[in-house]
Amino acid sequence: MTGPDLKALIEAVSNVVIAHADELTDLDQAIGDGDHGVNMKRGFEAVVSDLDQITAKPVGEALKAAGMQLVMKVGGASGPLYGTLFMGLGKAWPETLDQTSLATAFGEAIDAVKARGKSEAGQKTMLDVLIPVQVALAAGGDLDTICDTAETAAAATIPMQATKGRASFLGERSVGHMDPGARSSQLIINAVCEALS
Amino acid sequence: MSDKVGIVIVSHSAKVAEGAADMVRQMVGSDVPLAWCGGDPDGGLGTDVGKIMAAIDDAWSAAGVAILTDLGGAETNSEMAIEMLDDDRANKIAILNAPLVEGAVIAATEAWGGSSLEEVKQTAEELSP
Repeated sequence: MTGPDLKALIEAVSNVVIAHADELTDLDQAIGDGDHGVNMKRGFEAVVSDLDQITAKPVGEALKAAGMQLVMKVGGASGPLYGTLFMGLGKAWPETLDQTSLATAFGEAIDAVKARGKSEAGQKTMLDVLIPVQVALAAGGDLDTICDTAETAAAATIPMQATKGRASFLGERSVGHMDPGARSSQLIINAVCEALS
Repeated sequence: MSDKVGIVIVSHSAKVAEGAADMVRQMVGSDVPLAWCGGDPDGGLGTDVGKIMAAIDDAWSAAGVAILTDLGGAETNSEMAIEMLDDDRANKIAILNAPLVEGAVIAATEAWGGSSLEEVKQTAEELSP
């Protein structure tokens, strides 16, 4: 991946998150503290404002720098969680990029998110989208498959009961709503697939 | 620099953090290093890694620093802030599993008596069954 490609990709991801801020906030108001959209918007606006500097770096370092912006600017738990995802991916970024090596790096980034959030699959979180996407990626799925996997996985959080994060305070009342973190993860995966297709 | 364990209070709300700090001050005066922070980078409800790092710096003590947090994101952001510090400092910081207000007052009282970070942590965490 070259600099201009990376710039377009990070910009596309950021713009999608920023454009869906109200939707993410609405989802979070249903089962959380209602700040996911505004927090993610603030974080990705900081990424966009620093885009030239970030994308002047090699890909791995650029991902780490974008992650650091999210850590410092988001202002909720999603800052360290998405920050860790981007920094983890940057840290694990392969020297020779192919689908297998990307899947491995993405898996390492997801492991870092699990450790940061002390969370696992099935707790109605962003991991419930990221993990199936990584599995599809590792299985050699094409962009359409990965995009579909993310969409199905986000929808699958609707009947789940949250056992992690603010939504877990609601117990059974968290059932019937899509997890906002799962939705933001799906939006990001979707933006990456569209930018690459 | 104080030889007593420092206390950092991290809340989603600056008002809660400041109020808890007032209660600590009433108990231990200025003998215990104390700092608080609350609010996201725009001043709304939330927590801010940069502010937490600054608070740790303000309350720094050779004996270490104990952090009290309120809800999930405060803990996650505090863990992130600790990881971004040098290992020398990071190894001398503990996030206490205790209620914010009661934990801060009890931890500060224990610190005022000259207890170690481990003792401060243990005493405050007795509040959480």
